[in-house]
Amino acid sequence: MYKILEKERWSESVFSYIIDAPYVAKAAQPGQFIVLITRPTGERIPLTIADSSAEEGWVQIVFQVVGKSTLELSLMEKNDELYSFAGPLGTASELENFGGKVVIIGGGIGIAPIHPIARKLKEMGNYVVSVIGARTKELLIMEDKIREASNELIVVTDDGSYGRKALVTEPLDEMLKTEGENIKKIWAIGPPIMMKFCTKTAVANGRGNDIIVSLNPIMVDGTGMCGACRVTVGGKTKFACVDGPEFIGGLVDFDEFMGRQRQYIEKEKNALESYKAKLQKEGRV
Amino acid sequence: MAERIKAAEKFKRNRVPMPEQPPEKRVKNFDEVPLGYTLEDAIEEAQRCLQCKPAACIEGCPADVHIPQFIDKVIDEDLEGAFKEIKITNGLPAVCGRVCPQEEQCEEKCVMNKKGKPIAIGRLERYVADWAREHGVGDEKPQKSSQPKKIAIVGSGPAGLACATDLAKLGYDVTIYEALHKPGGVLIYGIPEFRLPKSIVDYEINKIKELGVKIITNYIIGLTESVDSLIEKYDAVFLGNGAGAPRFMGIPGENLNGVYSASEFLTRSNLMRAFDFPKYDTPINVGKRVAVIGGGNVAMDAVRTAKRLGAEDAIIVYRRSRTEIPARAEEIEHAEAEGIQFELLTNPVRVIGDENGNVKGLECLRMELGEPDESGRRRPIPIEGSNFVLDVDNVIIAIGQSANPIVARSATGVETNKWGYFVADEETGHTTHPKVWAGGDIVTGAATVILAVGAGKKAAESINKYLEEQG
Ligand SMILES: Cc1cc2nc3c(=O)[nH]c(=O)nc-3n(C[C@H](O)[C@H](O)[C@H](O)COP(=O)(O)OP(=O)(O)OC[C@H]3O[C@@H](n4cnc5c(N)ncnc54)[C@H](O)[C@@H]3O)c2cc1C
Ligand SMILES: Cc1cc2nc3c(=O)[nH]c(=O)nc-3n(C[C@H](O)[C@H](O)[C@H](O)COP(=O)(O)OP(=O)(O)OC[C@H]3O[C@@H](n4cnc5c(N)ncnc54)[C@H](O)[C@@H]3O)c2cc1C
Ligand code: SF4
Ligand code: FES
Repeated sequence: MYKILEKERWSESVFSYIIDAPYVAKAAQPGQFIVLITRPTGERIPLTIADSSAEEGWVQIVFQVVGKSTLELSLMEKNDELYSFAGPLGTASELENFGGKVVIIGGGIGIAPIHPIARKLKEMGNYVVSVIGARTKELLIMEDKIREASNELIVVTDDGSYGRKALVTEPLDEMLKTEGENIKKIWAIGPPIMMKFCTKTAVANGRGNDIIVSLNPIMVDGTGMCGACRVTVGGKTKFACVDGPEFIGGLVDFDEFMGRQRQYIEKEKNALESYKAKLQKEGRV
Repeated sequence: MAERIKAAEKFKRNRVPMPEQPPEKRVKNFDEVPLGYTLEDAIEEAQRCLQCKPAACIEGCPADVHIPQFIDKVIDEDLEGAFKEIKITNGLPAVCGRVCPQEEQCEEKCVMNKKGKPIAIGRLERYVADWAREHGVGDEKPQKSSQPKKIAIVGSGPAGLACATDLAKLGYDVTIYEALHKPGGVLIYGIPEFRLPKSIVDYEINKIKELGVKIITNYIIGLTESVDSLIEKYDAVFLGNGAGAPRFMGIPGENLNGVYSASEFLTRSNLMRAFDFPKYDTPINVGKRVAVIGGGNVAMDAVRTAKRLGAEDAIIVYRRSRTEIPARAEEIEHAEAEGIQFELLTNPVRVIGDENGNVKGLECLRMELGEPDESGRRRPIPIEGSNFVLDVDNVIIAIGQSANPIVARSATGVETNKWGYFVADEETGHTTHPKVWAGGDIVTGAATVILAVGAGKKAAESINKYLEEQG
């Protein structure tokens, strides 16, 4: 069960896996995620479904190594099996023909989850402008796939090593200013700070209710049974794993959300350090 | 074989005490607290039973366990016979012997309770079930029918497991779908190791698998597949998905770092084994002072877990008085012995955070008891101006669970009530859909293991009847 069918390394720290998971593939929709465990002593880690095929029974995940669990996942090889892989979880993106332009922003690892959303929106007849950004050229993933899924593509890097030297918020701001109501909807998926500033930009242009962000709080079960993932949206507590992960950006309390993500930072750091030391001893890195 | 003693002697003797790990030792480990009777203890306790006819104790047992009958066999050292006697009506005796609120059920009704010395039925049940496990005594393998009808069960808690067991014994082809990566429901993710060792739950689940029941984990009904689809593929469906969604209080500061629902706290520790971090990867944060809000079994489990995870002060904050605490008597006694503090007649109004968004205090109000409310318990009324702050690093909220709507949303034609629980016939578990039954916490709201087991069994019987009628 849950065999790694393909493994690709897309950058220093970003990997793409194709996992054998026919049940998940059959039900998966854009915007949803899975929870996996590498081995029996592992933790449950949520990852967005980047792509899937119901016919062929596979699910694609794209992840960045940020701590112990993702490092361990990155060390698994083709044909290895994951201990657990459950999904699809969360509410699917609400996609329709909005009758105009839709701006889809993906930052860093957030470029992977925007792919199925952009593709579906284009299929539905929207004019899709995708904006993808990364710190530097090396970290920019999926450019060709996103181009194919969009009508227009804007590429930015923080350091100008590729595409335009800008933050993703800049083209967003320009488009909102020049095209106004012609832009019907905005999706922004990426690091929390990016989603926060995209939302700020939208709000400043009076469009706080038209921007959708995908929140990635710390989760445990991912099915609504623990409340670890609670976020404040429109003044109400919501469980991101069942009520989201997508929410209207203008309603999200980003500061609380970002604070909650840092809850275990000390323990995570230590776990990563001792795991790296262990790998070094075993001669695996 | 031990002798039957005279009635006068029975009244003279006291309950045989349960050997336990001493409190100062056990707060440093997660091993089981009660150590279990020896054979001698069990016989001595069994000898006290009056063998009443009719037996008052059975009336108090939601599963109608044949209590005096099994106790009598213990005196004869016929432990296999005793085990079979219990198993006729209760599929999970090793679990129930440990977690049932006996003092409100069989032991409350026991005639010996008039003198305050009820027979220790739970301890005897546990002894017999543990003996059977250690000696590999189990169920007989069911006969495989050639064209079995197929039944799907949603959830592998006590309700689902009980339903599956009975249907498998009748020769049906049974598949359980479980959302988590491990089966067992609350027995695995909720109730801590020191009260119910997970090896016991794993053993019971293996026995059920040996009956031919298939358990598919990581499969979330309502997301991976809908109930509607199960209804199409199977001859009957049983919904036993429990009431797992945590409730919060709605007070300010509840989303600060360091505030947990009891479900999250216990899931991290029990299911994910955060108590063994970093061997296990899931972390948990427990500071020096921890407040747990609530007074049920869940609250006791959370507070005793916090103590074991290193909290110097672990405090129960409960809005009524000692007499109203709903947890099992044994849990309260164990908690007190372990140095758990009780802030009774106290209700939290606000969680206070520091500049980094971490909990640093819990503001509370003192309460007094007024007139009895609908539940018959005296209603707590806040005393104005009695606000005070408990300095704490963590707040754990254990004020109850509710229905998770995921399953119900995917079940067309299966009615729910206003709280989202399935509407089911009390005697049969039949829902408003002809092919669907439901039982356990997802029908009653958070209740007990034995009621869930009973509901699973009743549904199995009704499903069997229905499928036989269908031919
Ligand atoms: C709905 C959702 C979708 C996600 N999709 C992707 C994706 O497609 N690709 C990707 O690379 N990452 C994704 N993430 C984030 C990913 O789950 C975390 O990076 C991963 O769990 C980190 O584990 P770690 O042990 O390697 O790092 P850790 O050292 O444990 O943590 C590093 C940081 O990751 C975050 N994190 C830690 N544990 C969790 C957890 N259980 N749940 C969520 N976040 C956590 C915290 O902010 C933490 O500070 C998603 C998260 C959510 C909630
Ligand atoms: C901490 C705690 C302590 C307790 N202590 C006691 C005690 O001492 N004595 C006592 O008698 N009772 C106690 N209880 C109550 C008792 O555990 C429950 O009443 C009982 O477990 C209910 O059984 P159930 O089968 O209805 O549900 P559960 O045990 O909740 O099992 C439901 C199962 O369904 C699964 N599920 C949920 N949704 C889905 C889905 N969409 N798809 C597939 N599977 C799904 C869940 O993951 C779970 O495994 C306690 C409860 C808790 C939380
Ligand atoms: S009521 Fe008490 S004494 Fe009588 S049969 Fe039951 S356990 Fe024995
Ligand atoms: S992750 Fe547990 S409720 Fe959302």
